[in-house]
Amino acid sequence: MKLRAIDRKILRDIVHLRGQVLAVAAVVLCGIATFVTMWTAHRSLKLSQDAYYRSHRFPDVFASARRAPDSLARKLAAIEGVAAVRTRIVVDVTLDVPRLDEPATGRLVSIPEHRVPMLNDLFLRQGRWIDPMRPDEVIASESFATANSLRPGDSVAGVVNGRWRRLEIVGIAISPEFVYEIRSVDIFPDNRRFGVLWIGHEALSNAYDMEDAFNDVAIALAPGGSEREVIARIDDILAPWGSTGAYGRDEQIAHRFLSDEIAQSRVSGTIMPAIFLGVAAFLVHMVLTRLVQTQRDQIAVLKAFGYSSLDVAIHYLKLAAVVITIGTILGIGLGIRLAQGLGRLYAEFYHLPSLEFDVDARTLLLAFAISALAASLGALSAVRGALKLPPAEAMRPEAPPIFHPGVLERVGLMKRMPPSGRIIARNLARRRMKAFLSISGVAMAVAILVVGRFMFDAVSLMMQRQFSEIQREDVTVSFHEPKAHATRHDLEHLPGVFGVETFRAVPVRLVNEHRSKRAAIFGIDGGGSLRRLIDREGREISVPAEGLAMNATLAEVLGVGAGDSLRVEVLEGRRRVETVEVTRLVDELIGSSVYMDAEALARLTGEGRTISGAYLSVDPGSLPALNEQLKRTPAVAGVALRETVIESFEKTIAQSMTITTTMLIIFASVIAIGVVYNGARIALSERGRELASLRVLGFTRGEVSAMLLGEQALLTVLAIPFGAVIGYGLCALIANVMTSELYRIPLVVSSRTWAFAVLVIAAASVGSALLVHRRIRTLDLVEVLKTRE
Amino acid sequence: MPSQRNAVFRARGIRKVYQMGEVQVEALRSIDLDLYEGELVVLLGASGSGKSTLLNILGGLDVPTAGEVVYRNHDLTVDDDRALTAYRREHVGFVFQFYNLIPSLTALENVALVTEIADAPMPPEDALALVGLSERLSHFPAQLSGGEQQRVAIARAVAKRPEVLLCDEPTGALDYQTGKMVLEVIEHVNRSLGTTTAVITHNAAIAAMADRVVHMRSGEITHIDENATKVSPSELSW
Repeated sequence: MKLRAIDRKILRDIVHLRGQVLAVAAVVLCGIATFVTMWTAHRSLKLSQDAYYRSHRFPDVFASARRAPDSLARKLAAIEGVAAVRTRIVVDVTLDVPRLDEPATGRLVSIPEHRVPMLNDLFLRQGRWIDPMRPDEVIASESFATANSLRPGDSVAGVVNGRWRRLEIVGIAISPEFVYEIRSVDIFPDNRRFGVLWIGHEALSNAYDMEDAFNDVAIALAPGGSEREVIARIDDILAPWGSTGAYGRDEQIAHRFLSDEIAQSRVSGTIMPAIFLGVAAFLVHMVLTRLVQTQRDQIAVLKAFGYSSLDVAIHYLKLAAVVITIGTILGIGLGIRLAQGLGRLYAEFYHLPSLEFDVDARTLLLAFAISALAASLGALSAVRGALKLPPAEAMRPEAPPIFHPGVLERVGLMKRMPPSGRIIARNLARRRMKAFLSISGVAMAVAILVVGRFMFDAVSLMMQRQFSEIQREDVTVSFHEPKAHATRHDLEHLPGVFGVETFRAVPVRLVNEHRSKRAAIFGIDGGGSLRRLIDREGREISVPAEGLAMNATLAEVLGVGAGDSLRVEVLEGRRRVETVEVTRLVDELIGSSVYMDAEALARLTGEGRTISGAYLSVDPGSLPALNEQLKRTPAVAGVALRETVIESFEKTIAQSMTITTTMLIIFASVIAIGVVYNGARIALSERGRELASLRVLGFTRGEVSAMLLGEQALLTVLAIPFGAVIGYGLCALIANVMTSELYRIPLVVSSRTWAFAVLVIAAASVGSALLVHRRIRTLDLVEVLKTRE
Repeated sequence: MPSQRNAVFRARGIRKVYQMGEVQVEALRSIDLDLYEGELVVLLGASGSGKSTLLNILGGLDVPTAGEVVYRNHDLTVDDDRALTAYRREHVGFVFQFYNLIPSLTALENVALVTEIADAPMPPEDALALVGLSERLSHFPAQLSGGEQQRVAIARAVAKRPEVLLCDEPTGALDYQTGKMVLEVIEHVNRSLGTTTAVITHNAAIAAMADRVVHMRSGEITHIDENATKVSPSELSW
């Protein structure tokens, strides 16, 4: 096929404008690549989740009890809407793991001795199923095994119902209910010190006197089964057996984290591309407008020879289309590759058995559609100018730009400015819209950087708040069962312990009319120094002598405010039901807790003072001895050490920070360079004659460069505060959107983040300036002066 | 007599070859020319005769391929860009066919642009008064007529009190009356400030206002006339 002459012109124009074309295509590329990456990763992750849930039978409803007879299983299965039931025993024990000084917590989950298909089935990664004849064989979860370098053949020791036992690992497995393995008291997974061990049902029931009984149940719903009704029926059946209430997938912690991650990938897959394509539209507009200006005579000739206005318009639209298409195709290619990488990362992090990688044709079509939309938005108004020109007028050179005295003259500012300053100020004042859009473009780059780093700032503040202001204990000990208040004295006598503060956690259901929520009420003694309650602003919260101090987000979910009362159903012990007043709302960053004075809580449960655990301050030198003793203390279900949690958190955050920061720098630089480089190139083309005149008059290259680049520099300087405002606004929006029952994102942007954003933008701008400065060096003085325009 | 006066420029054996794509164009073949202090010279020739190339070389906008150009005792042919820029800045005033004013600066500011980087300039107001534009100081180029714009350009060129004033087709874009007025201004500057002035034109009628007329054709000087009596620009007609 032979290219028409007018289309050949497109190709030549593109070659001629290659620098600018490249800059625009790069911005489109980034936008489309993020879009395709996030949407494809989102889809693949969703498909992988679904496939995993299906193949390994992830249940719909979960419940636990203290000790329920096996005969109830049949009753549960008979509930209308229930398709399958799996009863089992789940116990937390303290483990002694090789090469780990501190005690770890192992969650022992019972499995049938002979492998059968079941709900929450295991995917065996390594090794084999347990031998029915060997009660000490276990299968370890992959994240725990990997974190501790454990392989089949290794063993861990643990206190199983008061007896020291060696558990031999024969297999490594994953399961959909533990895609995210986190101890209920933690805010961050610590795979070294918390892990799941699957153990034979008989072995576990023998150890805990649970023959013919279970304490945990998973239920799959039949198609059309109502979760709400099934949960109500389960609660009826299990309540007498110490159930803490059944719940659906939305409260299953692993499902919740994975689903939140999937949902978030969709959000970031929408915001970022929108910014990029907005900037791309602006750049297309800028480049095309200038092209139409410089090609006035060519347009006139085309029209004079009988090309219609529409032909001319289409000609320039095609040019925009070619540029955008280059960016889109490369963006799709890069996006698919990045999505594979991201998908693999996700699959690894969440321990998915396989990644169902799927590139959706609709996503790709959508990518083309939105980039076409951006191109059209940018091109149409530029091309409209070409349409309006009558051929004869187009043939004449463009009239000189008109300048008027502006605000700067009126306030007398101009008088004090050197001519170069006046040239810059007047040029910007004359094309305010263009200046505004340029500023907006660079501002977006600033905003991207600020928003990207904001997440780290927020998380750092949350960590700082959590670990240096709220959690000031060295060790947290929690018990399997509530203990008498006097146990506190035993703790005081542990090696190296010089401070003990006890706490009580009572599982409850909070009910306000039709709304209800499972939660735990923390009973605390006022005036503690190891564990303080700190609100979002960093102020200490005092717990009222009577009534509940409730997290504001939780209160909103329940539809109550301070002064309102609600029904509290205690889910253990005497299972009392009382009406309690919400005396105070508290606004914490992490968790959605409910607090009560320990004495008041004791009156509510009617059990007197008991404790669920304690916070200890410990002499660091005595830690090894304390660790040894805690590992062998049967009553202790879990031990958390503050230092180790901070360490593992910082390691993880440092890794993801490096990746994210690199991406952000690339993205923001592409935008900043795209805007500044194009702006300067166009200014150079528009004012080449003016600059050449100045050179002829005896101005040096440096002085002339300063005049041209000074304009871009001023735009960049103006863009930084503007971008800071946009960035801060976006941070506020994100903080607001991401507020969940799990955590509230604090709106903080560190000075390091501001400095980082300014530095990256400054570097990108200087880089673009250098590229353009090279052009000024080669400005042909004679040639420019010979022609009129 | 010219021969007794000091030469401002001494050009010997100037040759200039342009590479136009794959073709070589010889714009100047072998030029020998002296310009003397205070004289007004008209370079006359058809389009393509090489007169602009010669003027650009004298003005330090271009360097010859071969030959030697000495300004006072300063060899322009060995200068690099930095030295040529300094030379233009200190010694040369340019006037072009298309004025080349900075559109975002007023008349006064366009002149100030140059006086602010010159050693001993006249006040910009005086330069504009010299060209008869005292009333239009704060007008932008777009608010001035073509003749007025060219007069601002002349004011800008002379405000730094250059030793030489180089004018490339200064009336080329102007109508008859306005063109004459601009020539009067150039003549006035030459006379009152004693600035060595070279004017390029293809209009033979203008030659009458010069001390000497350099005729050029195909990159060579064909002959040089000396006018015994100069004619005032107001008396010119074409």
